[in-house]
Amino acid sequence: MLNIFETQQKLAAAYGPSGQERAVAEVIAELAKPYADDVYTDRLGNLIAVKKGGGEASVMFSAHMDSIGLIVTHIDENGFLWFSQIGGLAIWRIYGSVVRFQNGTRGVVYINGKAEPKDVKLSDLYIDIGAKDEASARKMVSVGDTAVFDQPTFLMGDNCLASPYLDDRIACVVLLAAMQDIQKTDNDLYFVFSSQEELGIRGAKAAAYGINPTYGFAVDVTMSGDIPEHKPKMECKLHGGAAVKIMDSSIICHPEVVKWLEATADREGITHQREILLAGGTDAGAIHVSRAGVYTGAISIPTRYIHNPVEVCSLDDVEACIRLVRAACDISL
Amino acid sequence: MKERIKQLCALDGVSGWEDEVRDYIRKTAEPSADEIREDVMGNLLVFRKGEKEGKTVMVAAHMDEVGLMVRGATEDGFIKFGTVGGMDRRLLFGKTLRCGQKKLPGVIGLKAPHLSKPSERESVPQVSDMYIDIGASSKDDALRKVQLGEVCAFDTAPEDFGNGLFKAKAVDDRIGCAVLLRLLEEKPVCDTWFAFTVQEEVGLRGSRTAAFALKPDIALVIEGTTGADRPDLKGTERVCAPGEGVVLSYMDGGSFYDRDLFEKMRGIADSEKIPWQLKRVVAGGTDAAAIQRSRSGVPVAGLAAAVRYIHAPVSVISWEDAENLYKLAKAFLSEV
Repeated sequence: MLNIFETQQKLAAAYGPSGQERAVAEVIAELAKPYADDVYTDRLGNLIAVKKGGGEASVMFSAHMDSIGLIVTHIDENGFLWFSQIGGLAIWRIYGSVVRFQNGTRGVVYINGKAEPKDVKLSDLYIDIGAKDEASARKMVSVGDTAVFDQPTFLMGDNCLASPYLDDRIACVVLLAAMQDIQKTDNDLYFVFSSQEELGIRGAKAAAYGINPTYGFAVDVTMSGDIPEHKPKMECKLHGGAAVKIMDSSIICHPEVVKWLEATADREGITHQREILLAGGTDAGAIHVSRAGVYTGAISIPTRYIHNPVEVCSLDDVEACIRLVRAACDISL
Repeated sequence: MKERIKQLCALDGVSGWEDEVRDYIRKTAEPSADEIREDVMGNLLVFRKGEKEGKTVMVAAHMDEVGLMVRGATEDGFIKFGTVGGMDRRLLFGKTLRCGQKKLPGVIGLKAPHLSKPSERESVPQVSDMYIDIGASSKDDALRKVQLGEVCAFDTAPEDFGNGLFKAKAVDDRIGCAVLLRLLEEKPVCDTWFAFTVQEEVGLRGSRTAAFALKPDIALVIEGTTGADRPDLKGTERVCAPGEGVVLSYMDGGSFYDRDLFEKMRGIADSEKIPWQLKRVVAGGTDAAAIQRSRSGVPVAGLAAAVRYIHAPVSVISWEDAENLYKLAKAFLSEV
């Protein structure tokens, strides 16, 4: 049985901001190969692992490999790096964070001295890589280079997991764990480790068109409402179980799929809860409107501090999601 | 058609949960349909064989309306909600709703004027601060009465008023559905798919998959659009007005309608002496945007009725516009 903590640690340490997922794909491919009939990469960099079944119907699971990050747009005469965002960055979330580049160069993100705290924009922040001048900086990084959060993965408190990029590497862990548990399958199964979700669910759109599945499930993180004064009020919480998505800004999950997931979870004794995300979308948004439409739902891992340098989830919930994904392989409506 | 519009506006069909509306339309369309099917998304697709071979036409109207979704409850039993589809949150206060599958009555509350501070009365609270009162006594009680994820529709009685005007909720786009129902009762000139789409209000999602499946040569979208003939608006701000004719779509936020089709439509309206108007503002979007970009593209045309207070719990249209909308659509389709 796959070790959740160790696998997340490995995946979080792999370099893969949107558009540059290859290194993450390589780690995942190694872990997936023993349990798949075929593993291949498509033109947009989606990694797809196939487990053939009876061929009557097919199920596509999608967890995205890419992470949010920073991209260097300018190196100034003092060797400081100015950047733009890859995916959704928020100023006060990255302020003070440690970042690393693909070549191992590390830096810290801070605000220029003139910026007013009340009106800080992303363009007021810069990365300090400790270069003594521009020439030295240009030996370490180039304009167009990308950087990701550089934080450790660790176990915390009562069965919690703290790590950068639980969004969405923990979902990749869930798919890998579920794959290992499948002996026989009636449905053809496609485990898609998608690319460029953070830029607008782009990889999944192409993957869904190519696979043309009967059923689709996105596996992603969702906000949990159990931190102090969380706004808006959300019922979804850590240790509440696998979150069955009702709706987010990209999809209204098919009611029949939702019903099936909840009935299946009840029958299998899998702890579950409902989630409604008012702001934010997932690969399910791209899958359900592919071609003439796909029966689509989503299984989510409740997570605190999404898109922050360190995110937190419950191992109980991860285990529940693994079981629910495994059960979802047998969906038949 | 008047009766049908009234009946359709009395049904609840918040985006994603269009069942009631779809059932009514299916029952009404079945006797006339050559083929009828529902797709994965819930679109109802009705086919009528045409008098002549050649083109395939798609005529679309959406079944869904904007509404609210239950996303939680406070400790003392007030429902917290989110919106499904776009709406101005100022319109929510004091409105009555039918909540969840059981259609429990609810009202969106607000602090009484006696208790609110002047500064509170100046600003509009966020949706995340609002609540629906369903008369529950606790959080558990509330979430047993309406589950997380259930939807709520506005509780508005459809009613005639004024000089040939009609008020109801969901006029956008039950008026389009009613026009389609009437059109499909007659044998069309070309093979025609009447597509009653879902989830237009949350991103034109139904029409996207419907267009992919139907592969039409040409599409006509029948909608409700922003009528803004209020006393305080002048000139271009007035957008369009109920009673001043069928709105011909040339461009909106989602599409530049096929120019040839638009000019043909205008010519037909003139020769048939059907009153028409144009929107004075380029804004909004319709299923045309999704259909136009389907596969390798589809030429789209659009017609609409001017609707006052669109996307609000109560909207207003003119009966004469509804009748003319049908007449012009029919004339256009006979010359496609």
